[in-house]
Amino acid sequence: MVGKMEAVNGVKSGSNSTASTFQSAFFKPDLSLKSLKLKTKQQELLIRVSILTLVYILAFITRLFSVLRYESMIHEFDPYFNYRTTVFLTEKGFYEFWNWFDSESWYPLGRIIGGTLYPGLMVTAALIYSIIRFLRFAVHIREVCVLTAPFFASNTTIVAYFFGKELWDSGAGLVAAALIAICPGYISRSVAGSYDNEGVAIFALLLTFYLFVKAVNTGSLAWALASAFGYFYMVSAWGGYVFIINLIPLYAMVLLITGRYSMRLYVAYNCMYILGMLLAMQIRFVGFQHVQSGEHMAAMGVFFLMQVFYFLDWVKHLLSDTKLFQAFLRITVTCAVGVGAIALGVGTASGYISPWTGRFYSLLDPTYAKDHIPIIASVSEHQPTAWSSFMFDFHILLFLFPAGLYFCFKRLSDATIFIVMYGLTSMYFAGVMVRLILVATPAMCLISAIAVSATIKNLTQLVRTKSKVAHTGSTKGTTSGKASSKASLDQSLPFQRNGAIALLIGAFYLLCKYATHCTWVTSEAYSSPSIVLAARGAYGNRVIFDDYREAYFWLRQNTPPDAKVMSWWDYGYQITAMGNRTVIVDNNTWNNTHIATVGRAMSSYEDEAYEIMRSLDVDYVLVVFGGVTGYSSDDINKFLWMVRIGGGVFPVIKEPDYLVNGEYRVDKGAAPKMLNCLMYKLSYYRFGELQTEYGKPPGYDRARGVEIGNKDIKLEYLEEAFTTSNWIVRIYKVKPPNNRW
Amino acid sequence: MAAPLRFRLALVFSVFALLSLLARSSSQDLQIANAERRIDLTSHIIKVFLTLKVENTGASPASEILLAFPPTQVDHLAVVKAAATVGKRKKKTYQPLDVNPSEQPDSPNGTKYFSVSLLKPLGKGESVTLEVFYILTHSLEPFPVEISQSESQLVYYRDSAIILSPYAIKQQTTYIKTPGTKVESYTRVDPTIHAGKELKYGPYDEQPPYSYSPIVIHFENNNPFAVVEELVREVEISHWGSIQITEHYKLVHAGARHKGIFSRVEYQSRPSISGVSSFKHILARLPPRVHSVYYRDEIGNISSSHLRTDSRKSELEIEPRYPLFGGWKATFVIGYGVPLEDFLFESSDGRRYLNFTFGCPLVETVVDKLTVKVVLPEGSKEPSAVVPFPVDQHLETSYSYLDVVGRTVVVLEKKNVVPEHSIPFQVYYNFNPIFMLAEPFMLASVFFFFFMACVAYLHIDLSIRK
Repeated sequence: MVGKMEAVNGVKSGSNSTASTFQSAFFKPDLSLKSLKLKTKQQELLIRVSILTLVYILAFITRLFSVLRYESMIHEFDPYFNYRTTVFLTEKGFYEFWNWFDSESWYPLGRIIGGTLYPGLMVTAALIYSIIRFLRFAVHIREVCVLTAPFFASNTTIVAYFFGKELWDSGAGLVAAALIAICPGYISRSVAGSYDNEGVAIFALLLTFYLFVKAVNTGSLAWALASAFGYFYMVSAWGGYVFIINLIPLYAMVLLITGRYSMRLYVAYNCMYILGMLLAMQIRFVGFQHVQSGEHMAAMGVFFLMQVFYFLDWVKHLLSDTKLFQAFLRITVTCAVGVGAIALGVGTASGYISPWTGRFYSLLDPTYAKDHIPIIASVSEHQPTAWSSFMFDFHILLFLFPAGLYFCFKRLSDATIFIVMYGLTSMYFAGVMVRLILVATPAMCLISAIAVSATIKNLTQLVRTKSKVAHTGSTKGTTSGKASSKASLDQSLPFQRNGAIALLIGAFYLLCKYATHCTWVTSEAYSSPSIVLAARGAYGNRVIFDDYREAYFWLRQNTPPDAKVMSWWDYGYQITAMGNRTVIVDNNTWNNTHIATVGRAMSSYEDEAYEIMRSLDVDYVLVVFGGVTGYSSDDINKFLWMVRIGGGVFPVIKEPDYLVNGEYRVDKGAAPKMLNCLMYKLSYYRFGELQTEYGKPPGYDRARGVEIGNKDIKLEYLEEAFTTSNWIVRIYKVKPPNNRW
Repeated sequence: MAAPLRFRLALVFSVFALLSLLARSSSQDLQIANAERRIDLTSHIIKVFLTLKVENTGASPASEILLAFPPTQVDHLAVVKAAATVGKRKKKTYQPLDVNPSEQPDSPNGTKYFSVSLLKPLGKGESVTLEVFYILTHSLEPFPVEISQSESQLVYYRDSAIILSPYAIKQQTTYIKTPGTKVESYTRVDPTIHAGKELKYGPYDEQPPYSYSPIVIHFENNNPFAVVEELVREVEISHWGSIQITEHYKLVHAGARHKGIFSRVEYQSRPSISGVSSFKHILARLPPRVHSVYYRDEIGNISSSHLRTDSRKSELEIEPRYPLFGGWKATFVIGYGVPLEDFLFESSDGRRYLNFTFGCPLVETVVDKLTVKVVLPEGSKEPSAVVPFPVDQHLETSYSYLDVVGRTVVVLEKKNVVPEHSIPFQVYYNFNPIFMLAEPFMLASVFFFFFMACVAYLHIDLSIRK
């Protein structure tokens, strides 16, 4: 197996005569290159390096749509937290950052930032920033943060190239690099400004996998060590490391079962697991989970199993009697499994090993979150994936994936088994949760690249052999055994060359389609910062709604520095980062009860809500309202989740109270509780006086297309403090209690 | 030895005493025959035009004339200028005169003085007509201190009906111009006439020195009270052809504080009565031929601004993210580039000098603290600044793209800056053009070494085994 790998990888070694003739034949017609008098090996290297460079640049620039169309800014919600912490890190230094207790969020609880975040991204950005500053490039930390994700996407293409080369050959590596550079599934999380953990995590994930496969292929301690460091980086960057720590033992298990156990695997796995675990423990947020949490137990089990296998190997080596060995094997395996099961049972029962978390459960059982954890189910990116989004994010990779699997199975090796397993498991997870398409993307690209590369290679060989036969008629001997036999076999088929040319054109067409699709998706769907909204005006001009920043900046400038702002948790990170004010809840949804309290306040009547807000020291309430502009992801449309999450903790809040015959309405037919709850009042306060659309009655809600049911809203305990120019963000001030005498 | 010294000292002292006596007697002998004062209260920057006809009735010639200000006004005084009128009627020309703060030994009630130095001493019986112009900032006190969205802004202005002067004034009149006809109340010092937008105090005859008669005017002023609390202007010179200017503003509405609710419905549907004292736009006058203009703040670009350029000037109309009501603040940054040849020149002695406008480009704004930082190119030597009015100066070092030794920064600081300070100042420095090539050379050598390293790597076999 390994020998054959080398034959294919001969391009790299160059000493293989087959490969060099193959290359020289390929470059024969190219006169300009020949005149440069480069050796074949150099020509090949030059082309490879230039393709990689172009792919590297392409991966970077295709992610810059949002910068060109909007500005260099941080997108979405979570990136604002990452940005804020990065700024803190660059200003105050690492130790301050590590010990940071943030009193600006989760008032009055606060949050221990250093112990509850994955610092990889921030440390990376701060490091890049300090290097750039050291080289005297006067850039702002924001620019570094904005461009971190594209930069790491570019690096991912390099890793993909080496991974593809390790799995198949350098051709497949190049195709994989090109595919992953523009794959929408990855671009969705790595456009400029999307400064999120995933941006660097996919790089770390792929790097870890590549280094591990390399370690398994070579049995080298150095690669295994490198892989452990890759794993450490991944752990420091993203919670998705759990996927690695479960996939690698699963892979090792499969190798053990299929009888592919080898010293190489033993070295690679043990070194990677032990060192990776020890390194991962250095991350405070992860801590001792590797030895205490149920999600990490599989890796430990396989680790012990591996020792049993090694032991058995040794015993087998000593014992000559196969019968005796069989008996011994049975006893040992039974004992080992038994001891393992008992240890796990005792650990779980005594509480030493924590059970699986809700998120992990919801991955294995897609319906779990919907029934038990509304806060996870309420996030749109946690929804099960629709077929259309698979097509949207993968395009032709969806069809190339099975073809790639076919090629992998056809030439099974330790490496291809790994990529097959990675592909299949990640595809399952991608089906469970929309955001996990991201994890599946590298596998899709690699497997598809194998399909593309292998197909095109076969086809070009067909085309070339034929032409060579026509020209010289003596090439049969030089082509390697399998290819030549295949070619001679295929020579009997009619129109073989034309067919191959047609298929090549077809493949070329498909790849072109893929490129245009990816560019279109990137430009249309994934390059919107979601802070600034753009729409087309009546005359086709571009209208910008910059209401979020208007409101946040108002908060920042015109409220007391210690003001507490209550809003739904979606906007928490943005308020702290842009508004620089204390929030009650934010996107780090660690305390469900606190969020439920806010949900309860939003869904109560004003006087009840006032009590809750007084108890939380709330000074301002911020709601997002899209009724004037027709912006649909506003608080009224999210309101049922507030009710559900609030009701999950406080049974006073009942979802049916807000519905009429199971229907959610805001017009005259809406439920009375709905028409008088705090969220409704704050969203629609004085909206009834406003004419939003010509020919419609005043108080016509454009986001929901109805006239609102309660136009005469009086506020008793709150007063309007600020409303943005397009009414998207409305801020209310909580009045101090009345004088009692 | 000791005796002659003592004698000499005594002589010096007596001469000084005599001189000071002379000076005092000269101030006693001056008198103002006719004074007219026009106070313009239309914006929050108060402009006062004073026409004084000074006569010398004493025996000795007088070379300087004192202007007196009450201590409350001196702190808000941004500019004092004086000019002597020469010629009559149509041939009238103005000769600017030096005005300097001066200390007088027996100033009643802490009165502060500025002395105007005449070009030629005023002889016995001669007279001269002085035009004095001064600007007061932060002198309109909003009352009520807090107003709601639908109210308009009323302010107090306090002054004296009679011009404060160390000299006797034979006849004087004061005209006060208000922005509108709505004057809630004013102090009467007969004769006082209120007609339309004008209040007339006087004429008053034969007022002795240091007469003072406090008045308070309570009137409506809805002009934008735009005050920049702090402005830092960075002017970065690149000899490669551009000057980059970055201005950091802390803008505040310094009028009556906004109270209670801000209703967007009211603000949008009834703009004439809702939030009349607030302002939405502010205009910045930039030099002609500006390029790459930006307008942003800490959280990103502000998309609401308009730039109009023509050959003589550029106007940038900026709109803060939200309308500014009383007490509301907005911080932002404006940046732009201008061509180097418009502002950088070479003087006759071979030194380079930057000729740039000092003040704040925003129209009708007061800057409480202005810092101008001129970042000279790396390798500049012996910087010196020439500013037509007193400023605090010091040097700093800053690092920008590819700097090794850092750039010299000339920092000029001034408090209480008004649009009248927007006049050119110069920064002279020595610069050798060879320094321009340092950074390109550095970059080129980095690439050179990178490629050399690549070539070396490809040609050297580092493997241990064969």
